Amino acid sequence: MAEYKILVVDDEPGIRMGTKRILQNFKVDYPFMDEHIEFVVLEAATGEEGIEIIDREMPDIILLDNKLPGIQGVEVLEYVKKKLYDIVVVMITSYASLELAVKATRDGAYDFIPKPFTPQELRSSMENITKQLFLKRMTQKMNKEGKLIRFQFLSVLSHELKAPINAIEGYIKMMKDRQFGEDMTAYQEMIDRSLERINGMRSLIMDLLDLTKIESGKPVQHLEAVNITKIAQISVDTMRPYAIQKDVDIYLNTKENVTMEADPNEIEIIFNNLISNAVKYNKNGGRVDVFIESKKDEVVLQVSDSGIGMTDEEKGKLFQDFVRIKNQKTRNIAGSGLGLSILKKIVDMYKGEIEIQSIPDKGTSFIIKLPLNN
Amino acid sequence: MKKTVLIVDDDMDYLFQMRLKVEQFGFETITAEGQKEAEMIIETMKPDLAILDLMMENEDSGFILAYKIKRKYPDVPIIIATAVTAETGMTFDINSDENKQWIKADLFLDKGIRADQLQKEINKLLKI
Repeated sequence: MAEYKILVVDDEPGIRMGTKRILQNFKVDYPFMDEHIEFVVLEAATGEEGIEIIDREMPDIILLDNKLPGIQGVEVLEYVKKKLYDIVVVMITSYASLELAVKATRDGAYDFIPKPFTPQELRSSMENITKQLFLKRMTQKMNKEGKLIRFQFLSVLSHELKAPINAIEGYIKMMKDRQFGEDMTAYQEMIDRSLERINGMRSLIMDLLDLTKIESGKPVQHLEAVNITKIAQISVDTMRPYAIQKDVDIYLNTKENVTMEADPNEIEIIFNNLISNAVKYNKNGGRVDVFIESKKDEVVLQVSDSGIGMTDEEKGKLFQDFVRIKNQKTRNIAGSGLGLSILKKIVDMYKGEIEIQSIPDKGTSFIIKLPLNN
Repeated sequence: MKKTVLIVDDDMDYLFQMRLKVEQFGFETITAEGQKEAEMIIETMKPDLAILDLMMENEDSGFILAYKIKRKYPDVPIIIATAVTAETGMTFDINSDENKQWIKADLFLDKGIRADQLQKEINKLLKI
């Protein structure tokens, strides 16, 4: 249950008491709201008292009479506007002149309720206001969170893009200044490291392109009957040269064709990510096993490795953007930190699940379950 | 006796380049690739100065490390070398009183600083 505070500012005790009675047991709900909203009514007999309560209690809605003993209702309205408070103000007034109505509306009054009002008039007015307020706050909250995530993403992204440039620049400056003399061989390792960083940057850019494809293409998935086994085979073949370099064997253990409605590019991104990780975080002489299983209502993809494995704590961080598990075992392994967050986004689009089984120093299995009826 | 500078950065290339510069200034160096490793080092030795990266294991590893070093060795000057300001527009001004309380670094430097400027700043902190 949520609670909205309503402040009634009126010098007539009858109006204050009436409002309190009418809204006491009133509830507002919306089909998509998790909870209904109830009301607490606060009272003020003068504008001055009203302002005091506004500052102290920060009500959500104010029912404001204009004709008050001291300062007028519109002055209270001006105060709320000046302070930029997020409060909906409704004027209740018996002599609503056009002039006053225009001024009040310009100062941000949301609605007018003529006095005297029936309980039903008050309730329906409160219901509309409550819904409008709820939606407005929800939207604000979502915008804020969205913006924040975007800001974090961009700031980490620029860090990740700049780091290799700085490193390469540093090495080139050393060479330019001939810090280790004229003999090129003295700089061999710096050249190798620079090339390594360029490769890392290239793969980051490739991952970013994948990510933009997924994010911009979210509603339009190109679904077609896809032979999952064939895509797995293509992916295994693509990764083979890299695996040979690392002395890792890859086995595709499923021979029969498994098909499902999917976007072939997305399925390929899934396999490429899982298999390249399985090779990358493996040991010399290790192996990678790929399984595809067709069940009644889902397709299960599994990639298991005999690699370095992870702890539960590391597992928890895995799907965040740019997170790379940093420890002694991974320090010399390059990566963009985007692969698994891309994978997660794709699996989410299919309303699928990712399960990870991992034992440090023994290996890791990624099990992806994609439901067939999406 | 040569003074020892602790350098902590998770980018191995930056670490290497920084070490080279600092050694050319005539200091001993000891390096760590992350907050945890650096914490282990300070258990057994006291550096004369520390140069820390900001974003390592976590976005604020450098701050946490600075705090821990200062708690153990309040007199060791700390430089945080970061590219964060330029990238995000975030600014940390250690001269404001509010920030002085929680940011324990003595100096913030941009990662792209020229070697001669860096040397000048280090010497100033070490009062050489």
